Formats: sequence, C-alpha cells, structure tokens
Amino acid sequence: MMRDQSLLRIPGASVIAALALVFLYLPIVTLVALSFNASDLTTIWTGFSVRWYAAVLDNGDMLRAAKNSLITASIATVLATAAATAATLGVARTRSAYRGVVEGLLGLPLLVPEIVTAVALLLLFVLVGAPLGLLSVILAHTVFCIPFAYYPIRSRLAGLDPALIEAASDLYASAWQRFLRIELPLLGPGILAGALLAFISSLGDFVITYFVAGPGATTLPVYIFGMIRIGVTPEVNALSAILLLTSIAVIGVAFLLGRRPASQHKGG
Amino acid sequence: MTDAAVAISSVRKTFAGASQPALGGVSLDILKNEFFTLLGPSGCGKTTLLRMIAGFENPDSGAILLDGTAMARTPPNRRPVNTVFQSYALFPHMSVAQNIAFALEMLGRPRDAIRARVAEMMRLLRLDGLGDRRPAQLSGGQQQRVALGRALAPEPKVLLLDEPLSALDLKLRKEMQIELKRLQTETGITFVFVTHDQEEALTMSDRVAVMRGGAVMQIGRPADIYERPANLFVAEFIGEANLLPAICVDRTGHGGTFRLAGASDDDGAIAVADAGTLAPGQTATLVVRPERVALVPAQTTRLRGQAREAVYRGSDLMLHASLPGGAMLRARLPGDADVTALIGQVTGFAFPGDAVRAFAA
Repeated sequence: MMRDQSLLRIPGASVIAALALVFLYLPIVTLVALSFNASDLTTIWTGFSVRWYAAVLDNGDMLRAAKNSLITASIATVLATAAATAATLGVARTRSAYRGVVEGLLGLPLLVPEIVTAVALLLLFVLVGAPLGLLSVILAHTVFCIPFAYYPIRSRLAGLDPALIEAASDLYASAWQRFLRIELPLLGPGILAGALLAFISSLGDFVITYFVAGPGATTLPVYIFGMIRIGVTPEVNALSAILLLTSIAVIGVAFLLGRRPASQHKGG
Repeated sequence: MTDAAVAISSVRKTFAGASQPALGGVSLDILKNEFFTLLGPSGCGKTTLLRMIAGFENPDSGAILLDGTAMARTPPNRRPVNTVFQSYALFPHMSVAQNIAFALEMLGRPRDAIRARVAEMMRLLRLDGLGDRRPAQLSGGQQQRVALGRALAPEPKVLLLDEPLSALDLKLRKEMQIELKRLQTETGITFVFVTHDQEEALTMSDRVAVMRGGAVMQIGRPADIYERPANLFVAEFIGEANLLPAICVDRTGHGGTFRLAGASDDDGAIAVADAGTLAPGQTATLVVRPERVALVPAQTTRLRGQAREAVYRGSDLMLHASLPGGAMLRARLPGDADVTALIGQVTGFAFPGDAVRAFAA
C-alpha cells in the first residue's frame, strides 16, 4: 500500500468521498425506486408495482419516440464511427505540422457548450433550407458523436506498434487490403467501444435534438421533457429507469472492450 | 553498376524540425548476394537509410535504385524488398502460418503455392508444428524466426533487417547470428542488416558500412575495417583501440617515425609502416589494437612504460600501462599470463609498424 500518496490520510477525506457519492447517486437511486411505486403520486410510496413499466410499454407516443431515438442513434453511430475511424487513421498517417491542431479541432465539440452547437446547427439547417425532421436530427447527432467515437479508437491505435501498419505495406498489402486485413481487426475493440459511446451520447441527447427536431421527430429525451411539463408521473420514472439501464449496459460493454490489451491475444 | 542489388547515390534527408540532416549525401552500392551491414551509434542515420530502401521514408534528394530500377516515390507495397522489424511486428490476430502466408496472399499467389511455400518456410526456420499458434504464444526466439519467415516467404530481392537481434538474450543472439548467416547463404538473397553492435556486424557481414552523423565513414570487409580503419572514429568504434597522441619526427617512404607527445626519442619512439600524408612536425593520433601490443624487455625497445594494473577477463588479461607523456597503453595478454611481478615496474612494449595507424590530430 502506498499510504503516503493516498488522499485518504487527509482527515475527513473518506467522509467527504462518501457524501459525494451519495450526492451523485441518491437522485438516481430514488428515481429507480419510485418507478416501482404503486401510487399515482410520484413522491408518496404506497407499495411495490411494475404497473408503470406496463404503462410505458402501452404508450403509443412513447414507443414512437423510442423508435425515433433508436433509428437516430443507430444511423448516427454508424456514420460517426466510420468518420472517426477514417479520421484516426488519417491523422496518424500525416506528418503535417498541423496534426496537433486537427486533433484539437476533433475534440473541441466535447468542450463547446452544447447549447452553442445546438443553435449553430439550427441556424445552419435554416440557412441551407433543410427541413427540420428526423434527417436533421440524424445529421446533428452524427456531428456531435464523432469526438465520442474518435477518442477510444485513437487510444487503441496509440497502443498498437506502428510497425504493424508498416509491415502490412511492406508485405505488399494495398491501402485497402491493409485497412481490411490489419487496421480494422486490430482497431476493432476500439471502434466498437467508440461506437457504443457514440450510441449512448446520441440516445441521451436532449438540447441539440430539441433545437433541430421538427414535429414527428420527437426522441425519447424530448418526449420525457414534454411529459414533465404536464407533471411528473411515475411513468416518467419508469421510462427514465429503462433508459438508465440501457445506458449502463452499453457503457459496461464499452468499458470491457476498452480494457482488452492491444497486442496480447492469448489463446484462440 | 549492374551487380548492385541496391544503389544509393547522394541521398539526403533532413527531418522537419531537425537542425542536423539525418543523411547528408550518402552514396553506396550493395552487391547481389551480399550480407551488408549498416553499423553505427544511434542517430547515425542507419535506420533512416534502411527505411528509405523499404520505402517508409523518401529522400529529400538523391536516388535509390533497386536492381537497377529507380525507386524514388514507389510505395513500400510495390518494392521487391521485405523487412524484419526490430519489434518483429507480427500480426497478433493471425496465426504463425497466416503471418507467413500474408505477403503471398497479397501478391495473389495460388492457394496451393502459398501452402507449399509456407510449409517450406516453416521447415527452413524450424517452426514445424507451430503453424496454428498465435505470436503471443511463442518465445522471443520463435517470434524472431516467424518474422524472418514472413519476410523471406515472397522471395524478396533484398531483405532488410532492422536491429532484429537486439531483443534477444546473449546466448540466443549468438545462435541467431549464425542462423542468419546460414539463411543468407542458403537463400542467396541480399541481406541489409542494421545494427549498433560492432561484434554482430563483424561476425555476419560480407561488407560493413560504418556510419556517423548521417555520413558513411568507411565501407569495407570486416577485416579491412578492423585492421585498417580509415579514420579515428572507425578505429575507436570498432573493437578496442589504444589512442596515442604523438608527433611525426621523420618520414622514410610510406613509413615514418613518431614520438609520443611529452616523451623523448629514447623512451617514446614508435615506427609506423604507413604514415599517410603526415609531415615531420605534425601532431597525430596513433591507433594500435591491444592484441598487437607485445611485452618485451625494457632495454630492447625504445617504447617503455610503467605497468599499472592487470584486469583479468577470462579469455584474456588486459595490462594497463602509463607511457611517458601520460598516455595509457593497454596490452592484451593470454588469460594465464602471470604479470603480478610487473606491476609498478617499467617494462618495454613493441608492436609491428603495420599494426599502427596514424591519423592527423
């Protein structure tokens, strides 16, 4: 144990850490717990029930929103991941002095306030006369998902021996053969992790979607926001809990894939 | 020149942001069927030159010809050369057999021919029975042989080896040196080998190019380079050498007589068989290998020094002596030589005139 380095030797640190965790997770735990509340009133517990889950699955508007969310997330994930993979390989190959600038620009959308991106995208769509609908939502999601997909792929590539790529060329592989036979399989776990992160980001996005979605392109987060304006019902809790579970599952898979070391494929 | 497998002429390269050129106008010819070594300390440009032959780097100016064909901007996958990488760079997601078959598949060879060639390579490199293993399941020595097999399978005109033995332990390295020489002889393929290990270079090579700071200092057979270094750098870099500051006192034909700096003609005179262009009065550095230095009775020679210490090294014994003027002289003696009585005494040293190289200081 490296006791000297540990923050825990500061008096009260463990208490503060515990409080911070409670602060982070108490609302989520409460939300999930209340989704099983039998009562019509969100905040008064009367007994255990799964009736709100049944109600969610019986709600046609809600199911349409869920369908929109899944369509958007799927298409945006595929497009963003493909773009991020191409960007990773392109940036790695360049010797340009602007390489750092390009990498920074790729990551910048993560730091720009979401509302700025939202307004900017809305203005762009209006300016070029693009109709607001599912297509505009998909395009917008593709854009903001690229950096989420980019970083896991890049860190995977950074863990690979650059000589592997050179070896493929040296052994007569064309650019396409090299991509299909060497780069794609070796980057695979990183690409999958990036895709899952992009999927989650798309699934949970509210602000940008709210700005660029037209009527009929309502996604789940936008739908939930609409429900809450009428009043918080346990149905919202149940729906949120389902979204939460989906996200945790997807992030868990991404995490496990990201932990696989780059060049050790024992067995198989 | 029609015999050259690789002809390099006036190749220059300066990397972006570097103040010194990585290669400052290098010209050399590598002959067919030759085991050619680029030898030098790190940063001398040897790896850059190798990577240019492979096509991973492009020269700023100058030409590289492979088998008589200019390769200026030809990408690596269109060059008839293959590389054994320092890290081996075996494809981790493929089996040993798939790794060896890779280049043949890329070249579109028929399936049967590929299978036969892979089996041949596995036999040649003693990898039988390991075809289904993944690289991570192999020992370092086995990975090394897979990397060799993978690069040799498509029968390249030239095989490039980038310090391939540096990751192996000493015993395995010695074995692989002999194995590499055997492979080169058996396949008849031109090998271009990059190393910073002078012993490795002398052991395996037909010819060696000694490089420093982006320039070639000397090209020659191992014995040429060891016995007749062209300059002080090569003399110091290859093997062990005594460097003795001296002044030229007399010239007779090719030869000359030198006096150790700070010594008298009586106890610090050295005869040199080939004194080059040095003129009387000029200062020089004399180079002599420790194994050419013999111990002789003090009164029979005009070179004397005081024996300081003896360092036992197993196969031999190195006697260190201080010469008049302060220079140190090392003499390599048989390991069983008994020199304890000499320590602290003045003794005579002698070496033949052709064992000494004189360079202007």
